[in-house]
Amino acid sequence: MVKLLGQRLLQMLLIMLTASIILFLIFDSDSYKKRIALAELGNFGLSSMSSADYQAWLDKKGLNVPVYQRYASWVGGVLVGDLGESFEKATPVGPLLLDRLKNTGILAFWVFALMIPISLILGVLSGMNEGSKLDRSITFVSVFFTSMPEIATAVIVTVVFALGLGWLPTKSAMISGFDGWQLVLPVMTLVIYDFGYVARMTRASMAEVMTSQYIRTAVLKGIPYKRVIMKHALRNALIAPFTIIILQLNWLLSGVVVVEVFFEYKGFGKLLLEAALFGDIYVVQACTLVAVVIAVLSQIISDVGYTFLNPRIRFA
Amino acid sequence: MAVTTATMPVPSLMERLKTPKVIIGLMSLAWFPLMFYVMFGNFVGEGIRNAILFPAVPATILLYILAVTAWRESWLAVLGVSLVFFWLLMAVSAPFLPLADPNAPVAPFAAPMTTKKDVFFLLGSDFKGRDMLSRVIWGCQRVIVWGISATFVAYVFGTLFGLIAGYLAGWWDQIISFLGNVLLSFPVMVLFIVILNYLGPSGFNIVIAVTFASAPAIMRIVRGLALDIKTRDYVFAAQTRGESALWIMVVELLPNVRGPIIVDACLRLGYTTVAITTLTFLGLGLQPPDPDWGLMIKESAKVAMVPKFSYMLLVPALAVSSLILGFNLMADGLREMSLRD
Repeated sequence: MVKLLGQRLLQMLLIMLTASIILFLIFDSDSYKKRIALAELGNFGLSSMSSADYQAWLDKKGLNVPVYQRYASWVGGVLVGDLGESFEKATPVGPLLLDRLKNTGILAFWVFALMIPISLILGVLSGMNEGSKLDRSITFVSVFFTSMPEIATAVIVTVVFALGLGWLPTKSAMISGFDGWQLVLPVMTLVIYDFGYVARMTRASMAEVMTSQYIRTAVLKGIPYKRVIMKHALRNALIAPFTIIILQLNWLLSGVVVVEVFFEYKGFGKLLLEAALFGDIYVVQACTLVAVVIAVLSQIISDVGYTFLNPRIRFA
Repeated sequence: MAVTTATMPVPSLMERLKTPKVIIGLMSLAWFPLMFYVMFGNFVGEGIRNAILFPAVPATILLYILAVTAWRESWLAVLGVSLVFFWLLMAVSAPFLPLADPNAPVAPFAAPMTTKKDVFFLLGSDFKGRDMLSRVIWGCQRVIVWGISATFVAYVFGTLFGLIAGYLAGWWDQIISFLGNVLLSFPVMVLFIVILNYLGPSGFNIVIAVTFASAPAIMRIVRGLALDIKTRDYVFAAQTRGESALWIMVVELLPNVRGPIIVDACLRLGYTTVAITTLTFLGLGLQPPDPDWGLMIKESAKVAMVPKFSYMLLVPALAVSSLILGFNLMADGLREMSLRD
């Protein structure tokens, strides 16, 4: 198992290396440099500059060095924990990223805290007796809500709860400090989108367990139905959903972009989008590295967790 | 003699239409004019592009009838097909419907079902005074065409690399799988944002971005199927006959991986539609002023944050949800059918 973990981590490093090189090459293009210049100097400032002035400006910004030198110094910085400096916000990337990740973390915590019980309960209920009325209605509700894209869900919950009923604020910018009420709509949007998928996966797993021999034996032995479900079925049925829930972490990192932009919540996704649009290479690099680490780690956790939960699986 | 003719019932018209050749013909008759209209329509005059598009309308209706008769056992699948074909029909018939110009400002902030400046607005008008009904219908044309094209291209590349990785194995497999892993470990949104931001926002670049984001996952599915299929006897037979690797991949393997791929394609059409709407909302997708659902939400989100004008946000949001619901129900219906036989 140690060997497998080592392999995975090595692969992660290789992927990070490849990804960062590709990003550096993309953001080193002239159009991106122009974009940074345009944002910093303004349209007039840039057009009134001679090309020598422009070169001098590039020198000052440290953009005129060959790309491999920039890359090498960036990698050197990353190894000692320095992620570079944001062009747009003129602050070190590290603290900025940490702050935004903390905000997204709060969002993610509540999403998982609500999504996991809802989807597991619905999935188990519908998988318990496959084909029943309850099963069919839960399945339809799951498909229905999974079909609504986050942007549509965000619109609908805003219109209903913020504009129509007036219970909640429309935006979550949190200008005057942290406000729990502003968190409700983004969390609701993400939960509504995601619970259907996990519930359907739980249902499939539960339905499969319910048809197995040992459940039939337990029922025929005369064990009360409730105990068969709680003691025999659930233990095996919840193994597959566990891995799926962990893998949702990876989905959440993409999913938050549109929700954070719509509700103006200052989190990881909004930071990433703004940085990419601005051409803020060090911020994009840092965000991508975080995303890759989370993607690979969640895969490792789900694989390792799976073997702990299901002793029949062993690493070769 | 009379007995033999009596036992051979004459196939009805519907039955005769249900051959693969006819269905593929109808599909291309509906699809290619629509694709031409949206992608290259600006290069020809309005008369020509309308004339090219016109045959697509009856073809779409006929396809819908065929699909409903084939799937009538499952009402969920029929509901899905109906939703998808409703929007498809709107897309092909948009130029022939009595609609206002989607980009012409008439009367701003007209509520739904009201008359303002002698114009009746069924779904109201937006903050610039453009007719919402017309914008929703014209917008669906662009969403559908770019969504289907992007998914199709992603499938071509995904299947190709999947077949190569699965069948040729060895170094090919190592390299393709590693590249696929690199692409898959980016969160989808990062990939979209970086690619579209680099290439610039346009429909064709959306196709490229979706291909990069979806092809690795398709490649994995096809690779797995190909690994399984290449040990079958008919593949060995073809190898013994001395067929080339390309011939075996295309003629022997491809038709046998078709089933699972079609179900997956239906689901992925939904994802791609979501992606296109979301990207346009983020300002990275199709460009204004032509209507698009994501763009409509983006534009209204700034001005319509009052209960009275919330219809501007709700109309495109419900439109995109209904189309994706249609794709998902269709995928469920297809899966049910493939499990049955």
